Amino acid sequence: MSNSLKIENLHASVEDTEILKGLSLEIPKGEVHAIMGPNGSGKSTLSKVIAGHEDYAVSGGTVHMDGEDLLALEIDERSRAGFFLAFQYPHEIPGVSNANFLRAARQARLPKGEEIDAVAFYKEMYAKMDELGMDRKFTARSVNDGFSGGEKKRNEILQMMMLDPKYAILDETDSGLDIDALKIVAQGVNSMRSPERGFLVITHYQRLLDYIVPDVVHVMHDGKIVKTGGKDLALELEEKGYDWVTEELAVA
Amino acid sequence: MSLTLTPPDKMADKQSTDQWFASAPLTESSVDLPDWYQQIQASSWEQFCENGGPTRLDQNWRFADLKKVRLSGLLPAPEVDSASSVERALRNRLEAFAAHFVFVNNRLVHSETGSLPEGVICLPINEALAKHSDLVQSYFLKEEGCLGGSKFRQIHAAASLSGVFVHVPRGVICEDPILVNHFVGGDSSTIFPHTLIVADDNTSVSVMDTFQSIQENEETYAIGNVDLHANNGANLQYVAFEDASDTGAKHVQLNSSKAGRDSSIKSAFVNLGAAWVRNESINHMADSGADCQIYSANLANGIQEYDQRTLQVHEAQHTTSDLLFKNALYDNARTIFSGLIQVLPGSHHTDSYQTCRNLLGSKAAEANAMPGLEIDADQVKCSHGSTSGQISDEEIFYLQARGITAEDARRIISLGFLNETVSRLDCDNLKEFLFSRIERKFASLA
Repeated sequence: MSNSLKIENLHASVEDTEILKGLSLEIPKGEVHAIMGPNGSGKSTLSKVIAGHEDYAVSGGTVHMDGEDLLALEIDERSRAGFFLAFQYPHEIPGVSNANFLRAARQARLPKGEEIDAVAFYKEMYAKMDELGMDRKFTARSVNDGFSGGEKKRNEILQMMMLDPKYAILDETDSGLDIDALKIVAQGVNSMRSPERGFLVITHYQRLLDYIVPDVVHVMHDGKIVKTGGKDLALELEEKGYDWVTEELAVA
Repeated sequence: MSLTLTPPDKMADKQSTDQWFASAPLTESSVDLPDWYQQIQASSWEQFCENGGPTRLDQNWRFADLKKVRLSGLLPAPEVDSASSVERALRNRLEAFAAHFVFVNNRLVHSETGSLPEGVICLPINEALAKHSDLVQSYFLKEEGCLGGSKFRQIHAAASLSGVFVHVPRGVICEDPILVNHFVGGDSSTIFPHTLIVADDNTSVSVMDTFQSIQENEETYAIGNVDLHANNGANLQYVAFEDASDTGAKHVQLNSSKAGRDSSIKSAFVNLGAAWVRNESINHMADSGADCQIYSANLANGIQEYDQRTLQVHEAQHTTSDLLFKNALYDNARTIFSGLIQVLPGSHHTDSYQTCRNLLGSKAAEANAMPGLEIDADQVKCSHGSTSGQISDEEIFYLQARGITAEDARRIISLGFLNETVSRLDCDNLKEFLFSRIERKFASLA
């Protein structure tokens, strides 16, 4: 059994327009990979397809998580199997408190009939909220309802910490964050880096990668990975712009 | 059963009168009711007999299923064994309360004082009529009503009443809610719950009425009236929790609120039970700084019908009001919301909002909404609107992406949808209680 999140020759389309055109990528456990790419290259589509969003039709290829066929699972089954997506635009759920939402997500991971230990749950949640600099009042507030951009992203990281996934994709978690919020979010992610976990960080800007230093950087263009390198590739991209990669492709 | 009242014939007139005026529990207790009250009873009975009932042409009954409206053949609720009802009421009540009353078939069968502050009058309405006649008289049934329910108000005023009178004297803060349970049982049995709350200057008080059936599958009636008076700087909260049998209970409740200078009244209808409910709510912002917040959380399934009509009247400058009604509908359930904001001439600087949202959980469910606005002043901020829809796929996706099944996601989102109204009330215990009841009904639908 392979210890990785392995995407092979993935094709996916939305409303008959093909967006992923044979994408392959492997994130071994313990590594942090970054995907960079211009707008419209299909980065967010990749995250939605792996999470199981029904607007996207997979027309070919496979996604395996530690050998398990992820595409064969329902959306919620993928999450319970250990996959996590930190959304670029987290949805607002009016009237559902953060605490109840997280509790329901944790409860869903327990065998039927088994009840969550509420005291331990709150203790754990408060400790993680402290780590992310989140106010206690936040537990009673409705999920993402009226949250600032920074609060929404912190909330995504809190959920990730509470759900303890095997693999996580962070979809443009840096967008809409000021530098202080970015540092806190990065700190949260870094605290979760471990040999038992793999990360895929999707970003448009190199700035995030100063704080979450990747092991591998991929460049995505037109639905495919077109270049892969070490963390220096991100700096090179920042300096030369995405045109550099596409021009290089045209020459090749 | 006729749709409108058949006035009692001359021969039966006297008998009917006795049946309603002097019926139990008055005949069982030796309470001396004041003359002014007996006169109201007599004149109301006359009006009830003379006036016609709701008709299809009446705008206030638009969309209503008039087959469900019945005004003849009602019987005064008989005395029954109340032990199991009292036991249920005690078992399910909030931990902290100021006072607790249980009425079974219009009779007081249990009363208990909790943290009720000194000086607060909190008595069964009949006892209050006898002991505090003048005080009750100055607030009793002052609202004439204009939302269609006058016929029900008349029979209510003529009949023997259950329910409580609360008067909070100046400056007194009543921390815990006052709880009142109303049980009804027996075919065609009718109860007349009456709630009259007077919060004097700079006071705070909260009252919850709970309506329940003694048993399922009996066609019972509750014809109730609630009047809320908040004087200068008072904070008054009232909740009507409808939890009766959805296979037989019918409930008409006529509410009025009168908010004085810098006072605030929160009133809420939480409807889970009963086959048919008609709520009318008239809210007067009578002096500057007055604020009324009107909320409703309704979870309707089967063939339940909740029919709600509201009026927010701004009668003075610098007044505010906010109405948020939410319906979650399943199966063949129906809801009707009709609301009007009136800003009277000269009531400048008014802020007034009115929103009705419907979450449709089935194709056959039907939500009707008629929001309305009449503005006759300047510098006014008003909005009104209604929406109907289903849970968005993106919301479900978000919860599913956290490992929650699609079915649980729907339940959690719907629960949150209704909870948004309840969460705006005061008193955490009360909110948790209502939330858990809504949750329980959702669980029973699954």
